[in-house]
Amino acid sequence: MIKFEGEHLLPGQIGHFFIILALMSSLVSLISFGVASTKSDLSQKNEWLKFGKINFTIHFISILVVFATIFFICYNHYFEYMYAYKHASKELESKFLLSCIWEGQEGSFLLWSIWHAVLGMFIVYYKKEEHHTIWKAPVMSVIGLAQLFLMFMILGIYFFGVRIGNSPFTFTRNEIPAPIFSQPNYLTFIKDGMGLNVLLRNYWMVIHPPILFLGFASTIIPFAFAYAGLQTKRFGEWIKPAMPWALMSACILGVGIMMGGKWAYESLSFGGYWAWDPVENASLVPWLILIAGIHTMLIFNATGRSLRASYLFAMLTFIFVLYSTFLTRTGILGDTSVHAFTEAGKAINIMIGLYVLSFAVPIFILFFKHYKKIPAIHTEEETSSREFYMFIGSLLLFLSALFIILITSIPVYSKTPLLKDLIISIHKGPLAMPEDAEFLYNKVMIMVSVFIGILTAVSQYLKYKNTTRTYLMGKIKYPFIATIIISTLLFIFYPIQYDKHGIGFLVAIYIALFSSIYAAISNGMYISLVLKNNLKSAGASIAHVGFAVMIIGMLISSSNKLIISDSKVNGINVPIGKDPMTKKEEDPTENLTLIREVPTRMGDYQVSYVKDSSGHEKGRSFYILNFEKKDKAASKVEERFVLKPDVYLMKDNNMSSNPDTKSYLTKDIFTYISFAINKEKNEDTAQFKIIEIGEGEKSYYSNGYFELKKVEKNPANSKYKFGANDIALQAEIQFVSKDSMHFDARPMIVADSFGILQIDDTVYAQNLFVKFAGVSDNHKIKIGIKESDQLIDFVTVKSYVFPYINLVWLGLIIMAMGLLMSSLFRAKFSNRLSSIILLLAFIGLFYMFLFAN
Amino acid sequence: MKRTHIIILIGIVALIIGLLVFSVDFSTYDTINSAKKKQGKFVHLIAKLDKSEPITYDPIKNPNYLSFYAVDSLGGKTQVIYHNSKPGDLEKSERIVLKGKMESDHFECQDILLKCPSKYKDDKKMLEKDMKDQTTKN
Repeated sequence: MIKFEGEHLLPGQIGHFFIILALMSSLVSLISFGVASTKSDLSQKNEWLKFGKINFTIHFISILVVFATIFFICYNHYFEYMYAYKHASKELESKFLLSCIWEGQEGSFLLWSIWHAVLGMFIVYYKKEEHHTIWKAPVMSVIGLAQLFLMFMILGIYFFGVRIGNSPFTFTRNEIPAPIFSQPNYLTFIKDGMGLNVLLRNYWMVIHPPILFLGFASTIIPFAFAYAGLQTKRFGEWIKPAMPWALMSACILGVGIMMGGKWAYESLSFGGYWAWDPVENASLVPWLILIAGIHTMLIFNATGRSLRASYLFAMLTFIFVLYSTFLTRTGILGDTSVHAFTEAGKAINIMIGLYVLSFAVPIFILFFKHYKKIPAIHTEEETSSREFYMFIGSLLLFLSALFIILITSIPVYSKTPLLKDLIISIHKGPLAMPEDAEFLYNKVMIMVSVFIGILTAVSQYLKYKNTTRTYLMGKIKYPFIATIIISTLLFIFYPIQYDKHGIGFLVAIYIALFSSIYAAISNGMYISLVLKNNLKSAGASIAHVGFAVMIIGMLISSSNKLIISDSKVNGINVPIGKDPMTKKEEDPTENLTLIREVPTRMGDYQVSYVKDSSGHEKGRSFYILNFEKKDKAASKVEERFVLKPDVYLMKDNNMSSNPDTKSYLTKDIFTYISFAINKEKNEDTAQFKIIEIGEGEKSYYSNGYFELKKVEKNPANSKYKFGANDIALQAEIQFVSKDSMHFDARPMIVADSFGILQIDDTVYAQNLFVKFAGVSDNHKIKIGIKESDQLIDFVTVKSYVFPYINLVWLGLIIMAMGLLMSSLFRAKFSNRLSSIILLLAFIGLFYMFLFAN
Repeated sequence: MKRTHIIILIGIVALIIGLLVFSVDFSTYDTINSAKKKQGKFVHLIAKLDKSEPITYDPIKNPNYLSFYAVDSLGGKTQVIYHNSKPGDLEKSERIVLKGKMESDHFECQDILLKCPSKYKDDKKMLEKDMKDQTTKN
């Protein structure tokens, strides 16, 4: 055994101890709450509940300690721990330290379990009589089971030679086989950790994972209540207490998903906030099912119908959260997702599989066992009733979720034994996504949005049970007329220009736009027409308005997205590459090369690449791009702004690009670097050629001639200040290229008390470096000219305009506020407390989504 | 939840399935050689960059033209032309998923998905390499 020097062993020991304690206490609380839920004798039940409560509290504290320990290790750069070595680094800004923790598999499992534990604490300590005696025990036993699994994932102990879970406290020397670890002082050689993936160095990555995981974690509560309903045989009673939780969960999960979208928009270069990526889909699907479930639960509350559907949706929401964990963490999506996920090892994959199955299988067995006993009304509802259309809407949401997950799961089919062979025999090869995968989703979802829009617009005005025709017509007339007017105005003044998929799809976009506008107006007017501005019960309408506005924003910003770096937009004839036969009409030509200091037209803008500057993190460069928009006479600059997209050039020459966006109220100009040269690799070999020239004389360079206009002594210049004893000479040279372009250069030579300093100038457009080399004996000036073929400084950019993208974020905020309002209202929070929570949530969301960029 | 529901449900399902069946042509994963037999058909190739051949990308001439050669594990080889910018980590990639069509002598690529070791901190080899780089430098 080698005694290693400089290792900090204590934090790891503390961490390990508390992981084991958290595991044991979750097991004991699972047992106690499980037993408690079977006891009908109240005093016995209370005993077990009390024991469970103590254990769960210990569990909660243990998890917090584990989290704090990981944070401590990363914060102090204890690279003897694998987690710190893999995810932290010294140059990392401290605000990203939290992101380090959720970058890793272990950390994100931990985050998930923290939220379960927090929610569990609310359930455990909530004192209401009915909650305590009926719901607490079964609900907590579900949470206890989930926690047990999550603790196993981060346990990292060997059983019979198989490691169960990956502990965040393993030592680097045990994980990586390298000769260095045979030296006792190996730590002195490890200079730095690998650091956070550069794509995750964005402030959204600090906030998005916790919110998303809170959303995921909170879906366990409706699931647990559904289980409690079956377990206690109080089949319909769970809906009421589960309702506020379901609404809260929908709010948080929705916000979490769109935060991911905002992150993708701001820091990934796939050019948008949604790409139907498998990882995004996997989080959207539970949300859609949850929304369906909320609507069937509301139907049950009002009419006693749809109870079985409510069970199904509440169960499936959480099961699909688990399934999405399976999809994104087992590496099964490998070849289909831009998100980088690798296999974490077979043992972990089996654990994840078990986790999914041990929730999905028992609950379905229980559900089908009691299916007949779950009360259902066997008469048909009126087609003029609200519940009828709400149910249709829920069904539609559910089916659309199934559609999305069926397509997303394509990689899974190819790995399922029998299915795989079947597919190969029918399809003649392993199944892969079609040519235009986005369009496959879009064309189905646009249909869904048409129906959802109309259903949300109309069904609010219907009453439960049945509605008279005159009542309905009297109410829906005004919103409908308003929608017609607004849609027509939009059609005339701001038409959709999306011809990529033909006229049929364009019509579909218009219909979807119409129905979303209808939904927004109709729900907005409902607040005044029917609710008489009673905001307390307006949560649903507000959420609907928000959802509709979000869809409107998505439709407009995506269909009228303009690629301004497209050479066709600019009317430039891009020289055809080396293979002229492949150049076709529909080729994507979205990249434009900007040569330094040469203004180039992009859409309405004149763009010039001014310079690059390095950031304070290693390998990061910002490219300063000046955007100018001139008025029609091209005389006055109407608009001017600077974008600074940046690129990380990593040491192995990999490149990662972060876009920069200029946000206006009505549009975003989104730009990122799609290609940049690596400066270090491009060393210049050309030499200066010295030419002697007098004032007013001309000479030649390869691409034209130049004239020495004048030589000025101690020029008055804002950049340089010269003292009385300094001698500075500045040559003013004009270059005239063969195509009659004029460029000025002003090289200088300065002699001061420190010696002679030459300040060169450059004409990037002509690849020229110009030097004031000295004065010759015959009073001529020596000018050095270097013509470089390598040092053309340029960047290749992609640039988009997203119109009205702020509607997407605004809609999201409104929707979240509506859901939150309903949740607080149903949880019977006091008016004062509700208003405070709502105000804070609104300020927070508004700041993050619309202000902080 | 009776007759009317069921009818509407079936209607909706039929609509979605109909849309799918009529308009979607799912692709396949192919080898370079089998793709060559499916000229003009959209396929997915799983391949590797052929480092013995040149990569052509001159963004000053045309930022939307990239050409390189790909090989796969079964020995197939093809030129790949991609009318877009060069992905930054192409040279370092271990595996490339290419989406596009084979057109006579070359593969007309529409989308490239790179699998790079640097993205994978969980990759043991990558960890070893990083550790070696660090500890042998000084």
